[in-house]
Amino acid sequence: MHSPANTPVYERVRRNPKFHELVRQRSRLALVLSAIVLVGYYAFMMVVAFAPGLLHKPMSDESSLSVGFPIGAAIIILSWLLTGVYSHFANGRFQDLTDEITRETLQ
Amino acid sequence: MIARRILVAASAAILAAALSAVPALAAGDVGQLEKQPINLSAIGMFIAFVVMTLGITYWAASRTRSTSDFYTAGGGITGFQNGLAIAGDYMSAATLLGLSSLVFAKGYDGFVYTISFFVGWPIILFLLAERLRNLGHFTFADIASYRLDQGKIRTFAAIGSLTVVCFYLIVQMVGAGQLIKLLFGLDYNVAVIVVGVLMVVYVTFGGMIATTWVQIIKAVLLLGGGILLAFLALSRFGFSLEAIARSAIASHKDGVKIMGPGTLLADPVSAVSLSLGLLFGTAALPHIMMRFFTVPNAREARKSVFYASGFIGFFFLIVCVLGMAAITIVGTDPQFFEGGKVGGKLIGGGNMPVMHLAKALGGDLFLGFLSAVAFATILAVVSGLALAGASAIAHDLYARVIRKGEATEREEMRVSKIASLVLGVLAVVLGIAFEKQNVAFLVGLTFGVAASVNFPVLILSMYWKGLTTRGALAGGIAGLISAVTLVILSNAVWVVVLNNPAPIFPYEQPALFSMTLAFIVTIVVSKLDSSASARAEREAFEDQFVRSQTGIGAAAAAKH
Repeated sequence: MHSPANTPVYERVRRNPKFHELVRQRSRLALVLSAIVLVGYYAFMMVVAFAPGLLHKPMSDESSLSVGFPIGAAIIILSWLLTGVYSHFANGRFQDLTDEITRETLQ
Repeated sequence: MIARRILVAASAAILAAALSAVPALAAGDVGQLEKQPINLSAIGMFIAFVVMTLGITYWAASRTRSTSDFYTAGGGITGFQNGLAIAGDYMSAATLLGLSSLVFAKGYDGFVYTISFFVGWPIILFLLAERLRNLGHFTFADIASYRLDQGKIRTFAAIGSLTVVCFYLIVQMVGAGQLIKLLFGLDYNVAVIVVGVLMVVYVTFGGMIATTWVQIIKAVLLLGGGILLAFLALSRFGFSLEAIARSAIASHKDGVKIMGPGTLLADPVSAVSLSLGLLFGTAALPHIMMRFFTVPNAREARKSVFYASGFIGFFFLIVCVLGMAAITIVGTDPQFFEGGKVGGKLIGGGNMPVMHLAKALGGDLFLGFLSAVAFATILAVVSGLALAGASAIAHDLYARVIRKGEATEREEMRVSKIASLVLGVLAVVLGIAFEKQNVAFLVGLTFGVAASVNFPVLILSMYWKGLTTRGALAGGIAGLISAVTLVILSNAVWVVVLNNPAPIFPYEQPALFSMTLAFIVTIVVSKLDSSASARAEREAFEDQFVRSQTGIGAAAAAKH
């Protein structure tokens, strides 16, 4: 149904330097944020698998809650906040750039 | 018009069946302890929900004219609405009942499971959401086959979707059966059939518009119910998480061990395989991917993930609080155990702690409300699944592969409705066959297959220029066969269903092995592919890449 090989519209986009700037900057943001989430999560899973004792430690001497709970909750909350960071930039600056490219291309 | 008349008749029949079941229940068989006395408030609230959703389905039926309306609600859903609907799809019976019961039974291990369910969301946003929206039309196969061979890749992607849909339907049906057995005193099989019938009605008549609104209403009810229950639970402990933890340690048979990782994920191979399956399986669930095609553009697609992950993360944290609170409140109360023996078998089965918690804290009325919401949850999720399955059959297999794009919209719609009926029957049969399983493990299995079959071809088609039809096909088949085989050889099927003494595959999660295999086979075969078609497919990547980044060329898909 698709794949029109090298259609002129897409060729025009590729010649626009703004397109390459958009791709470079947005991809970098996506990769950095993904890396933060994945490294954080897999580091956590490695601790679960190889050093579970670390997560068993109580938060303080008389506390029943272990440090594992705030750490786990932080993984959930921080990774949600990162989706906010991405949406903020992707829907702001990068979307403006995309709209500009689209306008210039379809003129 | 005929469709709407049939819908009215069907609704009347379902209501009549639901009402006539009541006196039959009153007689109830006293012999089975698992069955509960009738809870009239619960039945009332459930019927209210069914009436409301059938009303929406009636309204949606008048707006579902084109295939675009049917599969994607015409692309007219906002980011916020879609965020709620995605959250609704994800906050299924498995997450409410399964995760809270895992925390109830295993403490911190259940929490680790919960975190693993969640972290896929940011990754979906960063790597997939805008590309899904910019490239997709109706199904995930649209993207996978964008520059590859239509017939082969589309067929394969549709089969991958259907496999995942069937696995996940089993999970939902098992949850439904157990829940209604506990709440209504209905037979497990009857409960499963009721869910199957309602699902077919929503999907067949209301398509994606009805499915989305059922999902949104349910998400709001579930979040509201969860918050209220957490508030009541916290009030028992002076709003102190510390007090909940102290009390849980005192009440749980494993004592202080529940405060950290324990036996459930003790084996590192199991833990990594589980997390891979949940992380990348999330990204490749067909009913979740489908939701990205219901919003008008990439901007709304991004917003929907932000809202969805906020709702899901918040709800998951609540579910863990509920599970921990239930360790004390449910786990020490004889009324929730069969024969009143504390520490024995929970009434209604292992997935029921959160329901018992509702009864302990809010009485029959609140139990009724939460049970009605949980039932609604199952209905809404199975409807999304059935729609995803129906679109794979009707749009991919029938319209694109068999008819090669020559089918009219009428014909395609007709096939999709027949397909949802067939899926309904299949769901009922499989739901009955898998009665004895813990639903959370089955969810893990679903995700393992999604991660091994759909995810590699999805991510490589978007990110790797070198992907060819042969590579995608070989890798996908390797992923499908290895994932399904490992699932069959694992404890969940080999021992529990097939009654063999010991599992051949020792882990619950196939993803680590099957997903890795799928990626390796895909890449190696693609690299070795020197055919002319492979060259054309690699060249077509450049245009696909521009569209995936900018949405140019995708706009038409959203305008209706």
